[in-house]
Amino acid sequence: MHRDPLAIRSIRILSGLVLIVWLVLPLVPLAIWSFARGWRFPSLLPNEWTLQAWRYAFSSTSGVLDSLWLTIWIALCATAMSILIGVPAGRALGMYKFRGKGVVELVILAPVIVPGIAVALGIHGVFITLGLTNTVWGVILVHLIPTLPYMTLVMAGIFANYDPAFEQQARSLGASPLKTFWYVTLPAIMPGIVVGGLFAFLVSWSQYILTLLIGGGRVVTLPLLLFNFATSGRNDITGAIGMIYILPGILILLLTARQLSGRSGAVGGFGRV
Amino acid sequence: MTHVSITNLTKTYPGTTTPALDRLSLEIPSGELTALLGPSGCGKTTTMKMIAGLLEPSGGDVTFNGRSILRDKPEDRGVVMVFQNYLLFPYMSVADNIGFGLKMRHVPKAQIADRVAEMLALVKLPDLGRRKPAELSGGQQQRVALARALIVRPEVLLLDEPLSNLDAHLRLEMRDLIRSLQKEMGITTIFVTHDQEEAVVLADRVALILDGRLRQYDAADVFYKRPADAAVARFFGGQNFVPGRAEGGVFHSALGPLALPEGARAGAGTLTFRPESVRIGSAAENTVRATLVERIYLGTQTRLRLVVGDVPVEAVLSPDLVEGIAPGDAVTLGLPRHTLWVLP
Repeated sequence: MHRDPLAIRSIRILSGLVLIVWLVLPLVPLAIWSFARGWRFPSLLPNEWTLQAWRYAFSSTSGVLDSLWLTIWIALCATAMSILIGVPAGRALGMYKFRGKGVVELVILAPVIVPGIAVALGIHGVFITLGLTNTVWGVILVHLIPTLPYMTLVMAGIFANYDPAFEQQARSLGASPLKTFWYVTLPAIMPGIVVGGLFAFLVSWSQYILTLLIGGGRVVTLPLLLFNFATSGRNDITGAIGMIYILPGILILLLTARQLSGRSGAVGGFGRV
Repeated sequence: MTHVSITNLTKTYPGTTTPALDRLSLEIPSGELTALLGPSGCGKTTTMKMIAGLLEPSGGDVTFNGRSILRDKPEDRGVVMVFQNYLLFPYMSVADNIGFGLKMRHVPKAQIADRVAEMLALVKLPDLGRRKPAELSGGQQQRVALARALIVRPEVLLLDEPLSNLDAHLRLEMRDLIRSLQKEMGITTIFVTHDQEEAVVLADRVALILDGRLRQYDAADVFYKRPADAAVARFFGGQNFVPGRAEGGVFHSALGPLALPEGARAGAGTLTFRPESVRIGSAAENTVRATLVERIYLGTQTRLRLVVGDVPVEAVLSPDLVEGIAPGDAVTLGLPRHTLWVLP
């Protein structure tokens, strides 16, 4: 028993190291590449440093900024629509018993289980007839397939622990249905909306296949652009765009971690970086 | 000042055939405090929610001063319901909770603050406005819930089991608070409870509902003295039921002839009397010879199980009156005429 604290501490340090190697280390060469002019095999660091890739990334010719705004727009729209659909769906699943509930749950979960490409191929045909292919709205709609399950499941969990009598109480005290939702329901389910919304945003942000298929190469989001540069062998520009691409994930992680743990301990220190 | 009139109010839940509430009719005079009493599942909370507009009735009508309110939305009815578990909004301060109803009515902020302070003083929690509900005790939460309801000066106040979540010593305090505020503001108040004691101590009048049907609607003491039937008498702790026949003001049964009070029904029926109305010793009228079977000491009272022939009789008496009587002893009981009642 005496050696337990030491064992636990070494396991903790070891798992921390594994995490860093696994998650952070792959990003290091990417970051270095974005500042490199020529970096050939034997040398450990680039021969020459430059901001050229970054300058190019932020220039109007590269299309990175256009892509960035487009990706943000699509992710925001997909998130908003996920909230609008996911909140009532989660309420129904979390609070009520109804016929065929199991089937509905399965259908909502299906996109997480079934490979996205299979779904996308099926939907592609439908979207062609609807004229939604090669459009931003088509891409937003198809992003709902992977974002909705997360949103709905998070909200179902929230509503399972939610007492609707609070709404009755508000009505009885003179609140209209709208005000009841605003003052009573919304504050109660806000944590779920925040977490589910962040999930939805990140899931939409990282879509590649669905965007490529439905967008038909006309809707160039950041991951598509990144892939174009990566396959064309421009490691420096790939590095710069890669850095921009991972930014929201890191930001969201820091923001939520700070919110959840309230500026405490290591997270607070991390947040000051 | 609102007179509430309930006519044939009925609720049948989907998928069931027997109504949860069956043709309830009640007249609740303006400014009175009325209890809907009954065991859980008897339809009393259903009634309350239908009055509050939180549940659609299957039939019947509810009127306030003669005007039907069933078409009004819950927020427009002038009815506030206080739930059993208080339902204070957890992320709002106590003051914001109490001021909620006024905020919904677009009362200016400064005015809300004044009225909230007034209400806090009235429910004797003057310094707790800034606290969160979770920091309050159960009794304090109850007061906040009451203040939150009363601040909008509702026409009708509905209370769901207002005393049942409180400790014994808080109950009387809360009872006095509810009664004094209700009388002062003259708000017609209906509360539901499964506890006959709660109904009796709080209400002006009690409506007893059993199995979805109104059995008796009277002042509290009538339920003890003049129960409508055996089920009502049993609900109020009645133990003594003797079948027989009333003729010419005398009840003939296994207990022998007993003189009845005026107004008791004639013909075949069941005689009932409260265990606590039974006297001991031969001085009283209507004497009966009984044998003691068992005595149970209850602290301030002693409960006696007796038999008259093979008719069981229960009596509750002050312990000093029954000292020295042991099981098997013969006892003379007195059943005063005015404590007897005949049930159909």
